Amino acid sequence: LPVWFSINADYFFLQFTIPIDNGDSVKTAEADSQRTLYPYVTGTSIVAIKYKDGVLMASDMGGSYGSTLRYKNIERMKAIGKHSLLGASGEISDFQEILRYLDELVLNDNMWDDGNSLGPKEVHNYLTRVMYNRRNKFNPLWNTLVLGGVKNGESYLGMVSMIGVSFEDNHVATGFGNHLARPILRDEWHADLSFEDGVKLLEKCMRVLLYRDRSAINKLQIAKITEEGVTVSQPYSLKTFWEFKAFNNPTAGAEGSW
Amino acid sequence: MTKQHANWSPYDNNGGTCVAIAGSDYCVIAADTRMSTGYSILTRDYSKIHKLADKAVLSSSGFQADVKALQKVLKSRHLVYQHQHNKQMSCPAMAQLLSNTLYFKRFFPYYAFNVLGGLDEQGKGCVFTYDAVGSYEKVGYSAQGSGSTLIMPFLDNQLKSPSPLLLPAQDAITPLSEPEAVDLVKTVFASATERDIYTGDKLEIMILKADGIRTEVMELRKD
Repeated sequence: LPVWFSINADYFFLQFTIPIDNGDSVKTAEADSQRTLYPYVTGTSIVAIKYKDGVLMASDMGGSYGSTLRYKNIERMKAIGKHSLLGASGEISDFQEILRYLDELVLNDNMWDDGNSLGPKEVHNYLTRVMYNRRNKFNPLWNTLVLGGVKNGESYLGMVSMIGVSFEDNHVATGFGNHLARPILRDEWHADLSFEDGVKLLEKCMRVLLYRDRSAINKLQIAKITEEGVTVSQPYSLKTFWEFKAFNNPTAGAEGSW
Repeated sequence: MTKQHANWSPYDNNGGTCVAIAGSDYCVIAADTRMSTGYSILTRDYSKIHKLADKAVLSSSGFQADVKALQKVLKSRHLVYQHQHNKQMSCPAMAQLLSNTLYFKRFFPYYAFNVLGGLDEQGKGCVFTYDAVGSYEKVGYSAQGSGSTLIMPFLDNQLKSPSPLLLPAQDAITPLSEPEAVDLVKTVFASATERDIYTGDKLEIMILKADGIRTEVMELRKD
């Protein structure tokens, strides 16, 4: 009798053989292929900018399961080693797997005990190779990653997509952030922003995302990385304004419409 | 159970245009610095030009992740060559290596559109142009990428390449001086930027001569 492993009927089918108890014959079993087809629990945009002392990064704490807001306390930004900060949007479980890979990378780096430590450039390169390699095997990690950091006074900010496209810039944003936040940043970002100005700029971007991105929630964190290290703020929410006159009674000029 | 189709593509086109022109004792390699995806701009400051050897400079547009991987492979092969032969690879040698590397992935290609420029063993400029699977040809000038269809006809008009059917074979090296060639490159990019949405932001030009490499940067329209 075939053994069925069905987690989800949409997977490809694989056939393989398993030995049965009496030892001299084999059974045919069918199992679902483990290749990624689509993401399940997802995080929305990450927005990040370089500023005077390093890099500032913002993300909300939501984990959506399709159109359901399933998780409201997910930290999508994590410190990596001494010099880097990783933010992820996309599939949360794939982000957690990437954190496990990076844990091993940082552990091995520390075990050398040679005074050297992986900088943000190296971590970004490693992540690019991992993402590209998975794309080559047609089993991508469904994330867009933002890697920021400071080492020896030099700030670094880069991004990698799920198919391995990577680049650095003074400001980056994933998902909806690329469409809604980047234009604001292109207009208002300048070199040597103070911490307060940087936070204000990020909050401006996050507010726009809150109004216009259906999967954004009003519970965000801002992370800062400088030569001294990483600090992730406590979660907080932004003030929003819903009393625009034209939105108050939208059908006032055209009864019966919506 | 019908086979599911993937809803993601392993390829993307990050746009951009690359041009190279060979002269009697120089080679000009130029590319814009815009990196796009779909209708969005990812960054306005991404270099598509990479020095592989002293006399061989590669410029590639297309899918940036494949381009980066291709460059890494070529860089590492060049390092091995240097260890084994105690000298830099010549441009024609690098040209053959690039062709072989591309064909190696004939059944899952590098989505990269390459122009290799440099100086040959006699010190004359040489340009090699490629398709995604390694088919290549030594030419006097070439354009690849999203703006290539706008630029190539104009270069044909200005640089009057002799027919490859002529016997004895005639060189397609341009008689233009180096400043004239650089000016021509700036002109073609300014024009391509007007009509190709994926070309713009900045133009990076590398001029290779026997005594070294010089780089020039020119602003392009950002819309």
